Amino acid sequence: VENVRLLDRLSSRRAVLGTLYLTATHVIFVENGSETRKETWVLHSQISSIEKQATTATGCPLLIRCKNFQVIQLVIPQERDCHDIYISLIRLARPVKYEELYCFSFNPKLDKEEREQGWKLVDLNEEYNRMGVPNTYWQISDVNRDYGVCDSYPTEVYVPKSANAHIIVGSSKFRSRRRFPALSYYCKGNNASICRSSQPLSGFSARCLEDEQMLQAIRKANPGSDFVYVVDTRPKLNAMANRAAGKGYENEDNYSNIKFQFIGIENIHVMRNSLQKMLEVCELKSPSMSDFLWGLENSGWLKHIKAIMDAGIFIAKAVAEEGVSVLVHCSDGWDRTAQVCSVASLLLDPYYRTMKGFMVLIEKDWVSFGHKFNHRYGNLDGDPKEISPVIDQFIECVWQLMEQFPCAFEFNERFLIHIQHHIYSCQFGNFLCNSQKERRELKIKERTYSLWAHLWKNRADYVNPLYRSDNSQTQGTLHPQIAPCNFLYKFWSGMYNRFEKGLHPRQSVTDYLMAVKEETQQLEEELEVLQERLANLQKSQSGDNKVKSKQQDRSKQFGLYTSNNSLANTPQEYSNDLKSFPSRSPSQGDEEDSALILTQDNLKSSDPDLSANSDQESGVEDLSCRSPSGGGCLPSEDSGKDSDEAVFLAG
Amino acid sequence: MEFAELIKTPRADNVALHRPFHAAVEGTLCLTGHHLIFSSRRRDNAEELWLLHSNIDSIDKRFVGSLGTIVIKCKDLRIIQLDIPGMEECLNIASSIEALSTLDSVTLMYPFFYRPMFEVLEDGWSSFLLEQEFELLSSVTNEWRLSCVNKDFSVCPSYPAVVIVPKSVDDEALRKVALFRHGGRFPVLSYYHRKNGMAMLRSSQPLTGTNGRRCKEDEKLINATLRSGRRGFVIDTRPLNVAQQARAKGGGFEQEVHYPQWRRIHKYIERFNILQESFIKLVEACNDQSHNMDRWLSKLEASNWLTHIKELLTAACLAAQCIDREGASVLVHGSEGTDSTLQVTSLAQIILDPRCRTIRGFQALVVREWLQAGHPFQQRCAQSAYSNSKQKWEAPVFLLFLECVWQIHRQFPCSFEFNEQFLILLFEHAYASQFGTFLGNNENERAKLKLPQKTMSLWSWVNRPEELSRFQNPLYEANSLVIWPSVAPQSLQLWEGVFLRWNRPSKFLEEAEEERINIIKYNKELQAKVNALRQQLAEMEAGEEGQEN
Repeated sequence: VENVRLLDRLSSRRAVLGTLYLTATHVIFVENGSETRKETWVLHSQISSIEKQATTATGCPLLIRCKNFQVIQLVIPQERDCHDIYISLIRLARPVKYEELYCFSFNPKLDKEEREQGWKLVDLNEEYNRMGVPNTYWQISDVNRDYGVCDSYPTEVYVPKSANAHIIVGSSKFRSRRRFPALSYYCKGNNASICRSSQPLSGFSARCLEDEQMLQAIRKANPGSDFVYVVDTRPKLNAMANRAAGKGYENEDNYSNIKFQFIGIENIHVMRNSLQKMLEVCELKSPSMSDFLWGLENSGWLKHIKAIMDAGIFIAKAVAEEGVSVLVHCSDGWDRTAQVCSVASLLLDPYYRTMKGFMVLIEKDWVSFGHKFNHRYGNLDGDPKEISPVIDQFIECVWQLMEQFPCAFEFNERFLIHIQHHIYSCQFGNFLCNSQKERRELKIKERTYSLWAHLWKNRADYVNPLYRSDNSQTQGTLHPQIAPCNFLYKFWSGMYNRFEKGLHPRQSVTDYLMAVKEETQQLEEELEVLQERLANLQKSQSGDNKVKSKQQDRSKQFGLYTSNNSLANTPQEYSNDLKSFPSRSPSQGDEEDSALILTQDNLKSSDPDLSANSDQESGVEDLSCRSPSGGGCLPSEDSGKDSDEAVFLAG
Repeated sequence: MEFAELIKTPRADNVALHRPFHAAVEGTLCLTGHHLIFSSRRRDNAEELWLLHSNIDSIDKRFVGSLGTIVIKCKDLRIIQLDIPGMEECLNIASSIEALSTLDSVTLMYPFFYRPMFEVLEDGWSSFLLEQEFELLSSVTNEWRLSCVNKDFSVCPSYPAVVIVPKSVDDEALRKVALFRHGGRFPVLSYYHRKNGMAMLRSSQPLTGTNGRRCKEDEKLINATLRSGRRGFVIDTRPLNVAQQARAKGGGFEQEVHYPQWRRIHKYIERFNILQESFIKLVEACNDQSHNMDRWLSKLEASNWLTHIKELLTAACLAAQCIDREGASVLVHGSEGTDSTLQVTSLAQIILDPRCRTIRGFQALVVREWLQAGHPFQQRCAQSAYSNSKQKWEAPVFLLFLECVWQIHRQFPCSFEFNEQFLILLFEHAYASQFGTFLGNNENERAKLKLPQKTMSLWSWVNRPEELSRFQNPLYEANSLVIWPSVAPQSLQLWEGVFLRWNRPSKFLEEAEEERINIIKYNKELQAKVNALRQQLAEMEAGEEGQEN
């Protein structure tokens, strides 16, 4: 469809004219005219809602909201076209079969071996070995070999040695969806562990001997401690309500040596509404400060983030400081339990704060233990009430920790944002389906590619330049503060207003330091070469040997890079008063500055669908506030983009 | 008066000092005329605390048996607690601190007693003279002149002795204009935008009164800053109705009939008493140790502090936009022209002028737009957020300005030569200092107090290389462009460095800063090495060639 206008949310004055294309996998908007032919690509699987608004004189507005928090506002001249697009998108955005998803057609031009290699990058067996199991207390159980006991659990789970198959099966019958207590994290230093399960089917008075033995076994696996914490991550009221349905929580009287604890994290429906409310705040057009803060408070989002963090902090403290094992559950044990176990692991073990370790963590606590990715993130058309930003919240917890502990993580914010993006993109097979069982049946590993390999390949883009493995923060357990005035929970505009670049800091410290570090590395190499040449030269001179050292042409003048510190920077609408005043055309000013734009507009070029949307108009974009004239410090934009686009078309 | 009279108990032993994130320390407390000194008796790592009495905002005392506890709340927002055994000692110490921290005579303040232990390389009192500024200006334009009409501070008591005005306006006219402006603050040059020759002026409100008085010389003065055929903007920092009400008290605003070439924009910036309330509420929220997220957010919102930040930044951006984008001259004023006016003109310069983003340039900006321009520091900074007494003149006007600079700094972390610590330093010294820089309310008072002769300037100390290095931003790369900050709520954050400074563990943030410095330092060292080697090689090779030929 031609002559479509793409509106800029920050400024109603700015709109670009272009052509809209629908393909099997993407919505593509191509700008008219401009030399760069700027393109906006949106994957169908990213579309969360489409809204057709009342037709106006200028055309028919169409609002597309995406799961990665992009909001696209289009105005289509013809009502009929708009309707057609609307109908097609509704169908395209809600596939009914897995085979329709992008990952089955996505082809990054890797051969079979490379693909298999990619899937082997994250290996949970290796991970459990790293943790220190199996050992005298823990063993691998094959009771769930063909998903016979629990179809949402992996085939291989670690359980206490003293828990035999009879106990496991018995316990599983007493737990929602048969999700029996299994090992999530083992602390080598003091034998304390984090186990996870679903709620017990205790109702008002039911007991289960095997389940009680199971908990006893978990306690015995930690000989240094005489009790186990049982953490129910639900609010007490919810847990009590569940008793009426024959579910509920552990009665301290029936289990010997447990300490029971509620930690009130709300359920998926509350979280879904909370996010919805927060996004409404983000979408407000020029909100006042109190509109924004009030809306943020009213959404409750940060309160929920804090609740998850507090639960993680509690568990990490129990394990690290008290040396007590913890059993965590919620209702089904696949949402809040996953959040809390992974936050606690992240606090406890520096390995999970590395890039590879973080992948392992998501694979372990989320993917393998049957977090329902398909339902929660609406990959296939399904019940909208199942959708909830569960892993988004975990990812935000990580970001909040990164803000407090700037040197503790090997990866940067971009890494988190890209993982969030791909949880919804369905471009890679990792997060398809609801369980390991379903993924095996679909033969995901044979038919799709792994995100982890893709991220690993581009890991240079995801490095936190401040990470230093010998730093005090990268050693041992992190101890975050609890009170909001000591641990400032911030609104994450980098995520929720990710596409409104105008709102973000105009210069990125991370990118700057990454560029410096890369240059430093090149300098180190050159220094070595120079020293060698010098040594040769001195030798040759002393020996009066007139072999001239080869004149290496080092075009790279590292020492004298000019800083291309240009900021394509345009003022916002600071006042409405100015508009009515006869003045020079505002575009004049804009052009003046855009001439200065160094279109190094993304470092993210490794991810086509992310970078394709680089929007220069909405703000300022020279992410690299410095690029050495020697070049080569940053991935060249053109080459990066071209190759990725080629990948797209192939797909 | 002798300080000794006020100190009934100069020394107490077995005192316990409590601070957030520090283990309690036991030691000896001493009071001197200007300091509260605490030293632990541990030999290994003697813990010491030197606190200026003038930094103390309020103290509370309470007793449990004979153990007295004094909670000291400082102007830099820190809170410390001292447990002092013995009721009498404790009462004596508390009353001494109270008396010494509220001395009413300026000349008893510490700057008059402070003897620097460093060698003065450059006298900060003469580092930033308006004459030097004018010299720079003269190199690009001859439309302005220095006027000494105020040399004895009689035309305008809150202006400096020399000001920059349009060349075409003589001193006689200036005197007349001064009579037409509140407090005699006639329009003077605040900033000249070299890129397009536009000027930013500041003044106080015109005294039009209810009958619409006019002053031809005033009109002529500000029109002199316009290019022919072009118009200018008056940015009034009051809302229209307040400006209208001001007429009843003899004030007012520029009416279109008399200023046809000027367009007035009202951009409301809160007055000082509202700001002080907001400051108190915010600090209270930041000291609330409750674990409740909703409570924290609603207190933060209720304080309105960030709203003021947003309004102020918006007004400054607007002024900058008029000058840079609309190519128009701008006159900024509120009522008195000593508070919101200065916030707007100085922030606009941060946005427009790369020089103001250097350490030296920023110092010059503070001197020019705040100290010389007559912001009443002594009144505004007499008390901070913990003060119990309701005094009329306190307001965190300067702190708001510093925070806005920080907000812009956060959005352009590579465009400023100074770091956050430098802004915090200025905040601290504006409220309590061993230096005389921020004493007095204007140049007139400073001259009377003979501050340049009797006290040391903050700049004399800061500009020594060893001090300066602490305030340098390792990421700085000169950026010659105008920098437009975002004023959306999503882009503004609480200034943790000031408001949560004493409430958060700082270790991890310090490590991060250290790491940033190291990365840059190592890079620079390598560059130097590579360059040296390259040169050496080139010379040797050239030498070889010479031999060959």
